[in-house]
Amino acid sequence: MAEQINLLQEQVQHARSNSRRLNIVGGGTKAFMGRTADPDADKLSLAGHTGIVEYHPVELVLTVRAGTTLKEIEAVLAEQGQCLHFEPPRFGEASTIGGTLACNLSGPARPWAGSVRDQVLGIRLLNGKGEHLRFGGQVMKNVAGYDVSRLQAGAMGTLGVITEISMKVMPKPAATLTLVQDMAMEEAVRYMNRRAGEPKPVTGACWVDGKVYLRLSGARSAVEATAEKWQGSVMGDGEQCWRQIQDMKHNFFGDKNAPLWRFSVGSAANLPVLDGQWMMDWAGAQRWYRGQAALSDLEPMAQAAGGQVSLFSGGDRTGEVIHSQPEALKVIQRRVKQSFDPDRLFNPGRLYSWL
Amino acid sequence: MMAKSKASKAQLAELFRSFIDPEFVITDEETLKPYECDGLAMYRQLPLIVVLPETVEQVQRVMRICHEHEVPVVARGAGTGLSAGAMPHKEGVVLSLAKFDRILGIDPLSRTARLQPGVRNLAISEQAAPYGLYYGPDPSSQIACTIGGNVAENAGGVHCLKYGLTVNNLLSAEVITAEGERVTLGSDGLDSCGMDLLALLTGSEGLLGVVTEVTVKLLPIPEVARVIMAGFASIEKAGDAVGGVINHGIIPGGLEMMDSPAIIAADDFCGAGYPREAKALLLCEIDGTEEEVSEHIAEAEALFRELGATSIRTSKNEQERALLWKGRKSAFPAVGRISPDYYCMDGTIPRRYLAKVLVEMEQVSKEFGLLVANVFHAGDGNLHPLILFDANVPGEFEKAEAFGSKILELCVAVGGCITGEHGVGVEKIRQMAVQFNEQELQQFHNVKAAFDPQGILNPGKGVPTLKFCQEYRSLEHKQHRHEQQGAHHG
Ligand SMILES: Cc1cc2nc3c(=O)[nH]c(=O)nc-3n(C[C@H](O)[C@H](O)[C@@H](O)COP(=O)(O)OP(=O)(O)OC[C@H]3O[C@@H](n4cnc5c(N)ncnc54)[C@H](O)[C@@H]3O)c2cc1C
Ligand SMILES: Cc1cc2nc3c(=O)[nH]c(=O)nc-3n(C[C@H](O)[C@H](O)[C@H](O)COP(=O)(O)OP(=O)(O)OC[C@H]3O[C@@H](n4cnc5c(N)ncnc54)[C@H](O)[C@@H]3O)c2cc1C
Repeated sequence: MAEQINLLQEQVQHARSNSRRLNIVGGGTKAFMGRTADPDADKLSLAGHTGIVEYHPVELVLTVRAGTTLKEIEAVLAEQGQCLHFEPPRFGEASTIGGTLACNLSGPARPWAGSVRDQVLGIRLLNGKGEHLRFGGQVMKNVAGYDVSRLQAGAMGTLGVITEISMKVMPKPAATLTLVQDMAMEEAVRYMNRRAGEPKPVTGACWVDGKVYLRLSGARSAVEATAEKWQGSVMGDGEQCWRQIQDMKHNFFGDKNAPLWRFSVGSAANLPVLDGQWMMDWAGAQRWYRGQAALSDLEPMAQAAGGQVSLFSGGDRTGEVIHSQPEALKVIQRRVKQSFDPDRLFNPGRLYSWL
Repeated sequence: MMAKSKASKAQLAELFRSFIDPEFVITDEETLKPYECDGLAMYRQLPLIVVLPETVEQVQRVMRICHEHEVPVVARGAGTGLSAGAMPHKEGVVLSLAKFDRILGIDPLSRTARLQPGVRNLAISEQAAPYGLYYGPDPSSQIACTIGGNVAENAGGVHCLKYGLTVNNLLSAEVITAEGERVTLGSDGLDSCGMDLLALLTGSEGLLGVVTEVTVKLLPIPEVARVIMAGFASIEKAGDAVGGVINHGIIPGGLEMMDSPAIIAADDFCGAGYPREAKALLLCEIDGTEEEVSEHIAEAEALFRELGATSIRTSKNEQERALLWKGRKSAFPAVGRISPDYYCMDGTIPRRYLAKVLVEMEQVSKEFGLLVANVFHAGDGNLHPLILFDANVPGEFEKAEAFGSKILELCVAVGGCITGEHGVGVEKIRQMAVQFNEQELQQFHNVKAAFDPQGILNPGKGVPTLKFCQEYRSLEHKQHRHEQQGAHHG
């Protein structure tokens, strides 16, 4: 593995001395996200940098190389009755853990189990000087130095090449059950939030196609007792439904070319219902909108709902695709980028045109 | 570039008094005195000036003035920090957030609370209780410490194995930067676009910005919580029991361990009825719905028996639960009674090395001739060794400090880290050189510069200068060689 690191390191140094740019590629399954990659950049592939470095189920901590596929990780965890609680979407067999962290994607359990950002404990990173650095660690609590590991979540590889990740894993729940009932969208927002405020084992709350779905998981007795108390009928193929939502294979996501907007807002917030198709996940904190719109028109709506919006997939990806930043935060993010990658080698323009 | 004009104390005070109630611009030694240290009283320093602004605009103006004149600023919450993070700078301003103690709003439907930074941690849960909600992170200092200080230290508590640290329970923070800009990191949504500057800010020990408002998540209060107290004949056995429960798929709401000296001190102090003969005690709290808790309690009890527990008692009601926890919660003052002084360390290790680290710690304890009592968050490997010493005996504090350093280095050696929740501050700045190499430390300095180009926020804390590290390392090296030679000549 030392060889692979050396290879990656050489590629970074080579790019640096030849004024080349690098497009960091994990599994290549999330190319549709972010802004269109710089066509001039050279590919820096993590595909060979794979494997579990350390896994002690009793510690609830897993350390893996960044190019390892989610598929492999999930198989190894399943053997021990454990899982990635944040339920990362898999857009294909090749999805890697590095790309998952860089894009900060999480599945339906996000409000209860946290995101990949919440579960990451430490990383190793190649910065723009080709230095291989270690941040955070393999323990749940660590406040020595700045939290550079979590900073990578959502940075889309603009700060460096993540080569290794340590993260928290959790036991798989003993039982899972899904309740479904018909409900209008506005009512569903309130309903899902009210349920989420009760001390019951909810791990999913989603609304799509005029139906609200609640997932219960945990100890069998608790799940069954709650299902009995709450309204809704028990779904036969509940787990498969959540899987489709997690991997964005649900019918709602069917049309790959139409622009898909993602609102990350206050879970109980009112958001104007524009013409088009809507879906709500995370008890209302994540809302999907499929329809034609301009980012600049949606931003004020998202802001009024306490959050932000991005063009998740489809549409024009040569302009800005994620919520704009106030000037003062632009300045800080440019300087942070500069501090990791002074020659702007990594994924130029992938996140914002100005970064 | 503008000429740098370092203002005098009198000039600065006058500038501040032009917009802050003069009563809250403190310059006289007697009134400055209470600010000279935080919870780690061994480190003291009188500041130049203390200001207690009352509005965010005032905080902003303070920062602008200090930035312009290159004056160091140390933000201060309740001053309960245990790494001298809030210790003043002798040429600087202490910016107290004490007046920002209002809960701005609780939204029960979206389960969030908007808070000024000076709100006490416990006050959040108290105010949320009528809605059936509470705030997860519960540092033992929660009666006193502030949410602003919690963000700065990424504070955690007994609950954090299951419910996370501050970073996992924070939605957004309004921050005044070193340059006096007012920015909001994060949002009411669960995640925001771009770089996660909120995560970077959390645990940054007041080095990246001054927190002036936060929004936190609230959780539903569990239907029921019960605690199992289990005594074991050895630390190893108790350690195995911790692993056993987790391997079984149960994540306790709290999982704490105490060693023999701590058990006896705590039991003497509050008569919790702890098994005094036990070498290690586990307190394992299970929370959730009625059904879940009875199912998991039965399973955990059986597991502990199987794994060699010599005594088991499970709380039957809230009074009994409170009593069992009382000993743990008052363990620090309890130890304080059996020793004139104690020094509380804070390091984290992978749990599987628990027994190894405790045995080695006992060895070091003998070498130094100082006793150590252990109370720790067993669920997440966060150790809090309490080193007992007498500050009135010349040289004893230095000995305690050296002992503490050894413990932290031991933590790093087994793959852990030098601080789980108290921060680096001034106290652990030397050990940063043990956990990080030069390139990593330089990267930290570069991150800092992105937020605070002139380095006015809490200078001298958190990340050591490279020169300092080199000196420290060569000193260590020399000492090490010296010790080895000593042993040889023996
Ligand atoms: C069907 C198919 C067709 C394709 N067609 C083309 C094509 O026409 N042209 C072309 O150029 N490429 C193509 N690719 C390759 C690939 O999609 C892109 O090269 C690449 O930009 C997307 O990979 P990815 O990094 O998004 O992978 P992911 O692993 O999904 O990564 C997503 C994001 O995370 C970042 N990232 C990933 N790993 C790390 C890490 N370890 N550290 C830091 N950041 C990281 C990436 O830079 C990216 O921003 C194709 C791939 C597939 C599967
Ligand atoms: C008995 C006791 C038990 C403790 N138990 C725990 C525990 O279980 N878990 C735990 O995590 N900690 C614990 N602590 C440590 C301490 O209480 C925490 O670190 C706490 O978060 C500090 O909060 P504070 O308001 O007192 O901050 P202060 O001590 O005032 O400041 C701490 C640091 O935060 C910075 N700061 C404060 N306010 C702001 C702000 N608004 N903006 C920017 N920076 C700011 C300061 O500059 C300083 O660096 C304990 C302390 C004591 C005395």
